[in-house]
Amino acid sequence: MRKILLSSLIVLIGITFLTRLSYLQIFSFSPDQVLEDPAIKRIYDYPERGYIYDRNGELLVGNDPAYDVMVIPREVKPLDTLEFCALLDIDKEKFIKKLQRARVYSPRLPSVLVPQLSKQDYAKLQEKMRKYTGFYIQKRSLRYYDTPSAANVLGYISEVNEGDLAKNKYYVQGELKGRTGVERYYEDLLRGRKGVQYIQKDRFNRDIGPYKEGALDTLPEQGKQISVTLDKTLQEYGELLMNGKWGGIVAIEPATGEILSMISGPTYDPSLLVGRKRSKNYTKLYNDTIANPTWDRSIHAQQPPGSPFKTLNALIALQEGVMDVSTTVRCYNGFYVGRKKRGCHCGGGSRTMVDGIYKSCNAYFAETFRKIYEKYETTDEGMDVWEKHMKSFGLGNYLGYDLPFGQKGRIPNKEYYDKWYGDNRWSSSYIISNAIGQGEILATPVQLANMTAAIANKGYYYTPHILKKIEGKPINNPKFTEVKKTTINKEHFEPIIEGMTKVFTSPGGTARWLQIPGITTAGKTGTAENFTKIDGVRTQLTDHSVFIAFAPVENPKIAIAVYIENGYYGSRYAGHIASLMIEKYLNGDVTRKNLEKKMLDKTLEREYAKPYSGEEFKINEYVW
Amino acid sequence: MSGRSILKRIDWISVVIYLALVTIGWSNIYSSTFTESQTSLFNFGTLHGKQFFFICVSIVAIVIVMALEVNFYERFSSIFYLISMLSLLGLFVFGKTIAGATSWYSLGFMNFQPSELAKIATALALAKYLSDIQTDIKRRKDQLYALLIIIIPTLLIIPQPDPGSALVFFALIFVIFREGLPLFYLGIGFTLIMVFVTTLMFGTIWITIALALLIILMYALKRKSFKIPMIPVSLISLAIILFSLSVNFVFNNVFEQRHRDRFGLWLRLEKDPDKLEEIRKTIGYNTYQSEKAIESGGFFGKGFLEGTRTKGDFVPEQHTDYIFSTVGEEWGFIGTATVVLLFSFLLLRLISLAERQKNAFARMYGYGVISVLFIHYFINIGMVIGVLPTIGIPLPFFSYGGSGLLFFTILLFVFLKMDTNRLKENF
Repeated sequence: MRKILLSSLIVLIGITFLTRLSYLQIFSFSPDQVLEDPAIKRIYDYPERGYIYDRNGELLVGNDPAYDVMVIPREVKPLDTLEFCALLDIDKEKFIKKLQRARVYSPRLPSVLVPQLSKQDYAKLQEKMRKYTGFYIQKRSLRYYDTPSAANVLGYISEVNEGDLAKNKYYVQGELKGRTGVERYYEDLLRGRKGVQYIQKDRFNRDIGPYKEGALDTLPEQGKQISVTLDKTLQEYGELLMNGKWGGIVAIEPATGEILSMISGPTYDPSLLVGRKRSKNYTKLYNDTIANPTWDRSIHAQQPPGSPFKTLNALIALQEGVMDVSTTVRCYNGFYVGRKKRGCHCGGGSRTMVDGIYKSCNAYFAETFRKIYEKYETTDEGMDVWEKHMKSFGLGNYLGYDLPFGQKGRIPNKEYYDKWYGDNRWSSSYIISNAIGQGEILATPVQLANMTAAIANKGYYYTPHILKKIEGKPINNPKFTEVKKTTINKEHFEPIIEGMTKVFTSPGGTARWLQIPGITTAGKTGTAENFTKIDGVRTQLTDHSVFIAFAPVENPKIAIAVYIENGYYGSRYAGHIASLMIEKYLNGDVTRKNLEKKMLDKTLEREYAKPYSGEEFKINEYVW
Repeated sequence: MSGRSILKRIDWISVVIYLALVTIGWSNIYSSTFTESQTSLFNFGTLHGKQFFFICVSIVAIVIVMALEVNFYERFSSIFYLISMLSLLGLFVFGKTIAGATSWYSLGFMNFQPSELAKIATALALAKYLSDIQTDIKRRKDQLYALLIIIIPTLLIIPQPDPGSALVFFALIFVIFREGLPLFYLGIGFTLIMVFVTTLMFGTIWITIALALLIILMYALKRKSFKIPMIPVSLISLAIILFSLSVNFVFNNVFEQRHRDRFGLWLRLEKDPDKLEEIRKTIGYNTYQSEKAIESGGFFGKGFLEGTRTKGDFVPEQHTDYIFSTVGEEWGFIGTATVVLLFSFLLLRLISLAERQKNAFARMYGYGVISVLFIHYFINIGMVIGVLPTIGIPLPFFSYGGSGLLFFTILLFVFLKMDTNRLKENF
């Protein structure tokens, strides 16, 4: 026993070691380990990011070369600092500080000394660079915007952060990635794939040639050129009209679901988020929490839609057979809910459905709404049917468009009211505000535009989308090419569209002064009451101005929704802008110059300052 | 005694394995310290050049060791021991501090580590004491004296601080076991280590449950004729539980954070991937890099001078304590298995040599040599491949270091010299 104690221990340990070694070297070994070998350097070859064009092939976003002056501190030789600083256009203290910081970061790895020189500075510097050892110029590619508009739709790119690195193994520190809008949603298309070269380093971190003769190297894959559905001219024109106004505009081509323009006000010039001033500008935009220019109102702002919603209630009433076109309702300058009177601005009298629409009669649609519910034995049943019809227009849920963000909006259902009032403690009179698009209903501008497109198409729509072509080839995504049917039969749309046309043409129409010469247009005004809290007190603000329209009625080319915050009644700001944009899109030019000038000049800044003034203020002022 | 007969009687198997280890060791030092600008093989200014010089010195030392009278070592063993203990004491006054440990004397052209000398001297002194006819290892008093011979150098080395070298002396307990120290002690030692490790890994509760299960199992399987000694069994169990509780206390309150980290790393106590990543960059850096270097070698290795991690200097101390990782990266599993087998064969061969000695002193010294080589080999490779905690001691005949190589050579060849005289009972 004593004699074999040590021998057996030696054998045992020998076996243990061999087991461990075979685990490490045979079972854990994989040839891919080169990817994490710190002795293998990877050099990336970045492809150019894809260009973005508008629907007519006009360039929206391209690339611009930029030049970074790099430094490898260890290799820097004594130099004429003054001359070099003059060339770089920075002062000496700053130069020394930056060099010191680079040295602290790493003496042997390159750091950026002066980022993003312009082409002119680069030309000046280039021939003299040879004199300064340890410094070199690295070419980079920056986004270049050929338009001052569409900042929020196009989105921006920025450096990847820790979260991105953890989520996606493709990225390495310092690379750029689409952050919002199209740049984010179509990141994979636009980015392409970087090429990789593996280089063997020696112990002094010097390159000593390709690893394994380049057998593992890959070539870069170019970023794809894409066309978006936006119309550059219309987008830019809309943003000009949006001057000094907050809100969202979305225009859609009803026959395809293509988004012609997507405007959010206030906005910013996308070029601000590129180059040397990027971070300063971004902070400024981001910190403006009142106007919120980086918040895309066209897809985020959920607001009560107001009167345009009456058209949908009319359609549901026809579909459910509780009313027909000739049904009349008497308006007593308002209507009664229990003993309480709610007002109406239509002038009073006997109304048919067509009158109800173009005069925007509240009493008529309160009655419509009531009739839809009274068809069913319980309000629960009525509510379910109403909700089903509403949702078939793409309301109350994500539409499924190809942009990274958005809001659902809200079509309240029975669960919502059960929670609010208690089980079965409510009836149609409690929710009568929904008849006129107030109450608990919320929709985003893109949802309103889509709903308008569905009316224009007489009962169907295509999911709104922003991508038109990839590398010149039209997209073929069933998500965007398959038709979405509403629950309303085609024939019921005729009287509604007739009513909407009379909004412009009839002497009593709510937007009679906005008729576009030579184009039959259908539209509907909306005036949405809204409230805010000032020091904890619920305060009413000037109404939101809402307008939906499509044209030409015979063969709709454009459906538009305009939502102007605190713009007062529908035909004031929203109506003007919608009318002008339709004319611009269909005719290429605007004949009503005085109307155009009025919109370009008038701003609502005074209105937006009111809640922050700390003083008493008037709302819905008549003069403008 | 003529030189011819020595060549005839020396154990060539051991010598060949020794030469193989030294050669493989040197070529790996060459690879891990290789630079483009210094390609000359034997330039004294390079580390591999210096090591080559010491290989030559070692060969000269072998000739001297072989030429000396064999009874010289036995006769002067007490004096060697005294001198080496004094030289350890002297470090407190004249010692040179390298990397935080005052373990060296500076001799100008080289640094000399007296703990190396003490390993030989202690092995000799222990053999001398145990082989004395008046010593009876069955007696408590003699057991104590034998242990004292080991403990004195340990106590002198620990405060340097050099816990790795101190640990080496404990391996000499194997010699005393071979000569009759009751295995009971070994059993206790083994149990304590097991309890220590299992406590850290699973906690006291699981140990208690395991013990209870064990006792129940004993009852279930007991034969009629055998009566379970209830009192001793319960006492032992109680002692184990108490020890386990004290382990928790000592680990959390007496140990410093760096010790806790080392054990945590060894027993893979940390499971959170984020913290593991952090550990790999800090306290676990050496082990992680060395494991990765070995792993990346695969079965066949990357080839001589082709180790990418070796070239990039990613494993710290690669030419000294972590030299085995170079073998792993450049020579693959074939290389590492060869080295492990060479060491195993050498140690087993030395055991058979020790067992064939007629002379008790030679046998005991032989066991001393085996114990010292074994503990170095075990701890070093165990650490490099990540199965033992980090304890910095070199791999014999392999690691860079002149005095180390010289003393391991002398240690081994003194025994091989004795072996040439194995047929005589008295030298």
